[in-house]
Amino acid sequence: MPADLQRYLLQPGVLDIPRMQEDGLYPSDERIRKGPIAVLECSQEIPCNPCETACKKGFIEIGSDITALPRLDPECSGCGLCLPRCPGLSIFIVDGSLPGDLASVTIPYEFLPLPEVDEVVDALDRWGERVCDARIVSIKRQYPRDLCYSIKMEIPFSQVHTVRHFRKKRTTGEGK
Amino acid sequence: MTQKRCKIAVIGAGPGGLSAAIRLAELGVEVIVLDEKPAAGGQLFKQIHKFFGSEHHMAGVRGFEIGNLLLDRCRELGVPILLDTPVWGIFPGFTIAAESEGETLTVEAEAVIAATGAGENALAFPGWTLPGVMGAGAAQTLVNFYRVRPGRRALVVGAGNVGLIVSYQLLQAGIDVAAVVEGQEQVGGYMVHASKIRRMSVPLLTRHTVVSAAGTGRVESCRVAQVDAFFAPQEGTEKEYQVDMICVAVGLSPAVELLRAMEVPMCYVGELGGHLPLHNDALMTKREGIFVAGDISGIEEASSAMEEGRLAAVSAAHYCGCVHDVHAEKEKIQIRKSLAALRSGPFGDVIMKKKQTIFGRFRNAC
Amino acid sequence: MDSDGGTLRITDHPILGPMPPAGEVTIYFNGREITAREGETVAAALAAEGISAFRTTVKRKESRGIFCAIGRCTDCAMTVNGIPNIRTCITTVEENMRVESQEGLGEWRINRNGDDTETV
Repeated sequence: MPADLQRYLLQPGVLDIPRMQEDGLYPSDERIRKGPIAVLECSQEIPCNPCETACKKGFIEIGSDITALPRLDPECSGCGLCLPRCPGLSIFIVDGSLPGDLASVTIPYEFLPLPEVDEVVDALDRWGERVCDARIVSIKRQYPRDLCYSIKMEIPFSQVHTVRHFRKKRTTGEGK
Repeated sequence: MTQKRCKIAVIGAGPGGLSAAIRLAELGVEVIVLDEKPAAGGQLFKQIHKFFGSEHHMAGVRGFEIGNLLLDRCRELGVPILLDTPVWGIFPGFTIAAESEGETLTVEAEAVIAATGAGENALAFPGWTLPGVMGAGAAQTLVNFYRVRPGRRALVVGAGNVGLIVSYQLLQAGIDVAAVVEGQEQVGGYMVHASKIRRMSVPLLTRHTVVSAAGTGRVESCRVAQVDAFFAPQEGTEKEYQVDMICVAVGLSPAVELLRAMEVPMCYVGELGGHLPLHNDALMTKREGIFVAGDISGIEEASSAMEEGRLAAVSAAHYCGCVHDVHAEKEKIQIRKSLAALRSGPFGDVIMKKKQTIFGRFRNAC
Repeated sequence: MDSDGGTLRITDHPILGPMPPAGEVTIYFNGREITAREGETVAAALAAEGISAFRTTVKRKESRGIFCAIGRCTDCAMTVNGIPNIRTCITTVEENMRVESQEGLGEWRINRNGDDTETV
């Protein structure tokens, strides 16, 4: 496998965020603190461009060579229309502007059962490890015919680059 | 015995075959599609994930939605699709011999498009024949098409796209995935597929493989171990998992038996699945009038099968004199461009190169 | 994850939605009555009952079941309505169908006229 397929990967499935930020493929911390923005965690040149057409404002650019990695204009307002459109489920919306040094991350979710708003869940990192608690803020479907849900959860700002999934808390007495 | 007749017969009602039939019908060419299964769509209906590619390639559309679109179009065009009709021979002329409702059915055609797809490879290890050890695609078919869980907890062997996607879909179906093991040093599939399951706490062990399965009457447990560059298990690295399913995702092989029986020349290309019919860039084999489309011509994906279906249709129609030279060339060029787009980028590189190798061998073969 | 109360049928699914209604078909597995869903294959109906051993091999009498589920490998072969070596993964259930575990290459249990001489 050519070396560039691994350029942004620390481990299979685990991204090297600082490197992506360096190459302009991931928003800066400063921009994240200003308000919601999409993060496109697409790190390999696969022919694929539904995200480009999903953005009504043209903030996502791939171009005529559809293997190019998507570039996001920092003017993006984090509306989330692109999130369910990614076949790789690798678009998230992050918002570091919440008071109290909190942040929110919206993830694509294609599982049952759905959580409930205000439920406190285990927030998981890209390795599937619990890093903190998260509070479910909203559960939405952007498109009537797309069954991929967008679930927003509130987390500490320090975890805004890390949390990308959640798991319901296990009640006592339940084994794996 | 029933006898039918058409201009061009299509064997296989998957994305390749249906796309070929649709294009032929659009060109006004009489076509009949035959498939051994009780339902059309090939592997599309078990694919509940969204396709990649561009809008033209149906990116963002789920596999089963594409299946429905193709079948709707076939219905619109009145394409006859004979289901539960296994083809068992293609004879010169051509006469296609099949079985329908316990009787022999023959179809006379001037050209044939073989779009029979592929089958999953097995992996031999102690316990590999225990019920519960199945192809990853088989597990996918059972959960997504038949809505049945063949077990509760699985080990997945192979981290190509099939292994990774199926792992995710097993989780969606409420089946636990104990681990995904991959014998190579790197994950072979798209990283986004690996990310999806990694963040759900599924261990993804590269340089590991399954070394044994055990159980009475069916799988109850398995052992995996780390392997070296020659896939030799390393002592002292064994781990045991309690699983009742082992989903083997170690590649597909083109389904070439019908063409072999017709002595259609084959070639061996490991990267495209092994033995496959020698063909040119118009998808004609070395037997005049026999064309191929989809996985039978090299393991790829549904998107490329659909393009190849169209290409084989135009080539076959041209061969039968149903389409003008100029029109045929124009359309073939268009479709080849579309195929090249699908095969662009580092993942598609190998496929592009190997297809060119096949076309070269076709030219040089007598 | 399993919110279906122990059944092997996926009654609700995040992408496929709730299980659509289907007629019931009665089939018999080694004499045992099984309720299958109309339109499904024999293999799927058996898997839904937790049955995974479909036949035994010729020499060592080892169990075999579903491997490819698309009619290519023949590991799922069983004797159906008296006819052996039927690929159960591509055979649709029919009312009163008799499905039997097959030992080795199986036996034809229908007479030369194609009549079924077995009774349930």
